[in-house]
Amino acid sequence: MLEIVQLSKRFGGLVVTNDVSFTVQSGSISALIGPNGAGKTTIFAQISGFHQPDGGDIRFEGQSIIGLTPERICLRGIARTFQIVQPFAGLNVRENIAVGAHLHRAGRRAALEHAESIAHRVGLGAQLDKPAAALTVAGRKRLELAKALSTDPKLLLLDEVMAGLNPAEIDEIIPIIRGIRQSGVTILLIEHVMRAVMNLSDHTWVLNNGRLIASGTPAQIATDPQVIEAYLGHGAAARMQAQRTGVHHA
Amino acid sequence: MRILIAILVFFLALLPLPLLIHSDFWITWLTLALFYAYLGQAWNLLGGYGGQFSFGHALFFGTGAYCTAVLQIQFGVNAWGGFVLAAVAAGIVGAGTGWLVFRYGLRGSYFALVTLAFAEVFRILANTFSFTGAGVGLLVPLQPGIAQMQFETKAGFFWLLLLLVVGCLLFTWWMQNARFGARLMAVRENEDAARALGVDPFSTKLLAITASGAIAGSAGAVYVQLFLYIDPNIAYGPAMSVEALLVPIIGGLGTIFGPVLGAFALHAIAEIGQLVFGEAPGLNLVLYGLLLVVMVLFLPNGLFGLGRVGFGSGALRRLFKRSAHA
Repeated sequence: MLEIVQLSKRFGGLVVTNDVSFTVQSGSISALIGPNGAGKTTIFAQISGFHQPDGGDIRFEGQSIIGLTPERICLRGIARTFQIVQPFAGLNVRENIAVGAHLHRAGRRAALEHAESIAHRVGLGAQLDKPAAALTVAGRKRLELAKALSTDPKLLLLDEVMAGLNPAEIDEIIPIIRGIRQSGVTILLIEHVMRAVMNLSDHTWVLNNGRLIASGTPAQIATDPQVIEAYLGHGAAARMQAQRTGVHHA
Repeated sequence: MRILIAILVFFLALLPLPLLIHSDFWITWLTLALFYAYLGQAWNLLGGYGGQFSFGHALFFGTGAYCTAVLQIQFGVNAWGGFVLAAVAAGIVGAGTGWLVFRYGLRGSYFALVTLAFAEVFRILANTFSFTGAGVGLLVPLQPGIAQMQFETKAGFFWLLLLLVVGCLLFTWWMQNARFGARLMAVRENEDAARALGVDPFSTKLLAITASGAIAGSAGAVYVQLFLYIDPNIAYGPAMSVEALLVPIIGGLGTIFGPVLGAFALHAIAEIGQLVFGEAPGLNLVLYGLLLVVMVLFLPNGLFGLGRVGFGSGALRRLFKRSAHA
């Protein structure tokens, strides 16, 4: 569905995306992980049209989307969330979500109804009339997800929607994301919460210093020595192994 | 629905006023308040709902005023036709300005400065060319009668402006509940987030500045028939731009009734100022400046925002913060 081909991007002398290639399969949940500054968000910014790559190609459903504006790319069916949440602070939750719902719905009533159903899906149903500025961190993350979802995307790019959430909140959002995939939306996510990555993703790529250093199922990644060295560390890798095999360490 | 009823109540409350009030002073006062409300409504579309703070709405007002005056004097075009053409001309100027400014992504104080500069350019041009009467200005012949949009009594203008203000209230209400309004407000709140949801900020802002310009231009056309005179300083001078932005800021940015409330409040204050300070020229602008500072500091949501949670208030503070850092 989404093919990244030899993507390269530099900011001045710093190579932030270095010859990165991967393919996201339709209907899957894939994860892009790696240490801070590895260039994950920059790849998202290039897919969604906010940054122009210096080299390589991004193909969505067989067609190159290089050079398209963010709004055009959204119209094609790729929606993104922002790592630093970007609510429309002066609008309430319903109005926030309706902006995206209007992409394929001209009528106000239809857009508001769609916004409400999306809000219920992500667990914001009780807060529809709250100003976005009054939401908690968890609420804002959900709003970010709801806004992206309201554009009826085929591919959803989720940039750390679980960062800053407590374990209980993470447990709540994991089934929501799984539900979105079940409704037919392909998902590519950036995440540091390894529990969620292990739990959700079919395929994982590991990025370090702008380069892909590993690719595979989460279980394969967890045992990859390069990944353990660059990102996971030995403790986390052991815990992930344990989680996979069902053995609990005290 | 509540808003529609409020608009109806407003209309019905003001409609009989000229029959009840026999003082010429008060009818003129009300007429002028309505005129500035109308101008403020034009500004509010772009500034209040779109977050684009124009400091040069005189550009559109003046274009409309000159358009109708020149057409009437040089070509004998009927005032009502001039009114429509004034809106079209000012809309075109709005679209042209917007195309230039938004294409290069100018926002905040940079947008404000460019609009100010454009108004100044037009003021100088109007001062130069003879068909605009240059520095002498243009005198529109008095032809009383509805056919030439001139009325025997002040009441006629009052009713005309009341209709225009109510029309604008309805338009604003419609916009606030339409896809266009939703997109415009999204752009105001966060342009990048809006783009990520498929909103094209360029065309959205372009449409807003075109509509805003057209309405301000039609206000210029009414002004010409009301005062029968226009010169470059009135048309394109900063005074009109300041009125246009102060009215909605005082009343409540991005609200339907804000400009109306602001216009009445501002003109009450201006009247009191004149009583206290006398007719010293320019002193009212000092007063307006003070008022603007007070509003930004203490009431960024305007009078309409008293006792209400903010709606688009951040924009105002952001603008002035950004200018302070720039």
